Amino acid sequence: MIPLSWFLVLSAALFSIGLFGVLSRRNGVAILLGVELMLNAVNINLVAFWRYGDSIAMVGQVFAIIVFAVAAAEVAVGLALVISVYRQRNTVIANDLDMLKW
Amino acid sequence: MVAAQVIFLAVGLIVLGSAVMVVTTRSLIHAALWLVVTLFGVAALYAILNAGFLAIVQVVIYIGAIAILFIFAVMLTRKDLRDRGAQQNPGWWLGAVVAVLSFAGLLTVMRGWEGFSAVPANTPAGFDAVAALGNALVQPDAFVLPFEVASLLLLAALVGAVYIAFTRK
Repeated sequence: MIPLSWFLVLSAALFSIGLFGVLSRRNGVAILLGVELMLNAVNINLVAFWRYGDSIAMVGQVFAIIVFAVAAAEVAVGLALVISVYRQRNTVIANDLDMLKW
Repeated sequence: MVAAQVIFLAVGLIVLGSAVMVVTTRSLIHAALWLVVTLFGVAALYAILNAGFLAIVQVVIYIGAIAILFIFAVMLTRKDLRDRGAQQNPGWWLGAVVAVLSFAGLLTVMRGWEGFSAVPANTPAGFDAVAALGNALVQPDAFVLPFEVASLLLLAALVGAVYIAFTRK
């Protein structure tokens, strides 16, 4: 039997790795890759709590499915923004995108 | 140590190792491919947790759609595919410090929780998780409203994405 703590520690580590990716990468697409890792860590937590908690009520799995939908929406809009910015400014380096700064 | 624990440790090592590759590889195409490995590992974790439907959805949506979208985005946003220059911020070590601190903080908070080392309860015989999930998603006294709101959000996001990325002739 795998204790719940293993899943929680694994997803905490995955979340931290994703956070590091978001904070350290320069490229906009790579930042979104880090966000995907963090969303997956959250989903592992939700499904683990479903399995180790009340597994008759499907709350954890339903929540995980809604996180799937939000992740798909996030990545679609995020990548569309990256592509649109690339067309306008010819770069996706986050440091160079300072149109809103003055 | 039983077989399930060995499988979990192997899958966990694959997930964490490929996740580290995602955030550190210089080539973005390789990073996106390492993300596919991570997502496969997470799908295997869902299978270990008896969430078979989510494992399939993970493969179909995350690997089949999102990872491919990332690869397309990488290819659309560069003039040549070689990665020149630094891929990390000058202050990347600060990000590493924040990540380690968040991991330590999460561990500290979780260790203080009494359910931290719980073992899974046995599901009753004949319980069909996929059927229960399908019922929960459409029953008015369960989750039909969040489900519909999520589908509306997805539709709005896709229309918005098409509008943002559209080129006017």
